[in-house]
Amino acid sequence: MTGPLVEIRKVSHSFGSHKALDDVSLNVESGSYTVLLGPSGSGKTTLLSIIGGFVHPSEGGVVIRGNDFTRMPPARRPTATVFQDYALFPHLSVGNNVGFGLRMRGAPRAKRIGRARDILAMVGLADAFGKMPHQLSGGQRQRVALARALVVEPAVLLLDEPLGALDLKLRRQMQDELKALQKRVGTAFIHVTHDQEEAMALADHCVVMNNGRIEDQGPPERVYSRPASRFSATFMGESTLLSGKVLDLGMDEIRIDTQVGPVSVQAAGEPGFDVSLAIRPEHITLAPQAGSISLGEAKVVDVVFQGSFKRVSAVSIKSPDVSFIAKVRSNQPVAVGDTVELHAVPGDMIILSR
Amino acid sequence: MRVLAKLLVSAYALAVYGFIFLPVIVLVLFSLQATSFPIPPFTGPSLRWYEAVLADQRLTSALINSVLVALLSSLAAVTLGFLAAWGFARYHLPRSGLLRGLITLPLTVSYLIIGMGLLILFNWAGVPKSLIAAGIGHVVINLPLCFAIIYSQMGDHQVNIERAARDLGAPEWKVLFLVSVPVMWPAIFAAFFLSMTFSWDEFVIAFLLTRFDTTLPVEIWNMLRSGLNPRTNAVGSMVFAVSIVLALLLELAFLRRRRQ
Repeated sequence: MTGPLVEIRKVSHSFGSHKALDDVSLNVESGSYTVLLGPSGSGKTTLLSIIGGFVHPSEGGVVIRGNDFTRMPPARRPTATVFQDYALFPHLSVGNNVGFGLRMRGAPRAKRIGRARDILAMVGLADAFGKMPHQLSGGQRQRVALARALVVEPAVLLLDEPLGALDLKLRRQMQDELKALQKRVGTAFIHVTHDQEEAMALADHCVVMNNGRIEDQGPPERVYSRPASRFSATFMGESTLLSGKVLDLGMDEIRIDTQVGPVSVQAAGEPGFDVSLAIRPEHITLAPQAGSISLGEAKVVDVVFQGSFKRVSAVSIKSPDVSFIAKVRSNQPVAVGDTVELHAVPGDMIILSR
Repeated sequence: MRVLAKLLVSAYALAVYGFIFLPVIVLVLFSLQATSFPIPPFTGPSLRWYEAVLADQRLTSALINSVLVALLSSLAAVTLGFLAAWGFARYHLPRSGLLRGLITLPLTVSYLIIGMGLLILFNWAGVPKSLIAAGIGHVVINLPLCFAIIYSQMGDHQVNIERAARDLGAPEWKVLFLVSVPVMWPAIFAAFFLSMTFSWDEFVIAFLLTRFDTTLPVEIWNMLRSGLNPRTNAVGSMVFAVSIVLALLLELAFLRRRRQ
């Protein structure tokens, strides 16, 4: 088969006068783990609902395996959804919950039971077959919801903030299990979350959304190291943002007049153009290093000890509307009220034109 | 002082409960009378009047009629009430608030008015007085009640459960029968038994809308016209016992839901 598994073609959707999605196009490859990352109201859940068939888009189309499914009801789509609240059938046993999809497809009872047992064993719940959903813990219910969706062998599994209701420790554990499960079954997963750590840990393809648009998409490493927009630089991990104007061009570098002084970086640009520079916290240091330039003096306003490092917030003295975020070694002596000089290597800075 | 207050409180409580239950106690007590008049002194206990009731063909057939009317009208009321509640809860309807108000409006109208209205309507439409007419009347009074009970229990958390069923390939009627109804079961059960209780006791509408075959309350009224008789006490006690059983079943349904 050629072409992507799922194609979202120029989808727009409005709820009343509110535009939830604005001209969104996205391809999902088979066997991939796609994460839709964004704050609430960014349209990520609406996009998932459109793929699942619970919402019909105002404009645009959804194509799965080359067939147009835009107006198809959920029952006739090769998709299955894991709901945020799990939505298990409270009156059915775990086994019957998992077997429900097969029952709807007319599978004989013996086959249903066998398949349900197999898939429950796969998610590590072999002995829960006869239990009722209310007897299970949150993490176990999550697995039942996964098993129930996977048993119908969907082309795409849609997960709506599946780990949102779990506590942090369980969330990280389920995260690893989800990734392993996805690799094992080979089904394409589309996972919605507002947690950027979750997104980085799980995604093969990370889609950053904001205000109904896709801000950036690509492998999480690329999205983190070379974000395409200011929003993506601050939402996918933290960044210090400097805004400035391109002053002049060198051989293969441009000089940018920023709030903390001129900075030369290797890039192409036009003089007079407004740009932003984003610097990741791990690239800002308190001492000069090879090739680094000074970002000027700053007053430390907050220090948070985080075990292996300290997260330092500081405000530029020259330009108080610039706030720096730096990760420094935890043995570095720095305290609130200190004045420090901050440094960064221009090569680590990210130039953003939007 | 404190002792006096306690005594007064107890006396007051006794008076209140006596006020409520004394008539029923007297009714049941004199249904066990051995002689022909339900007045003191008590001459029983004896079951002769219960035997007389069960031997009375008019009373037993009225009893069967009452059970049938209660069962079938409640079944109809709960089915229609559930479907209406489901429709209002799941679909965005224009003027939803107004329409919901209109459905529950009959709750505030007296049975006499509803009965008269139906009588005039049936007369005009050529529907003869019958048990079916009375049953329709009971659906009219119980549907709003069933709707209100079931609608109040239909929360948004069930929306995703129904979506999940659709997502897994269930056609709409299967979503309804395999998911919505079982999930709503306690409310449906409660609405059904409350309807049964109301229909079982209902007199005015049944009196206005039946003629030859009639329900038990109407038959009891017919008996009362010829004066007091322990037989009326006996049949009244039986009606009361059935109401108690229905009320207990209702309580059970609510208790079960609360525990979940």
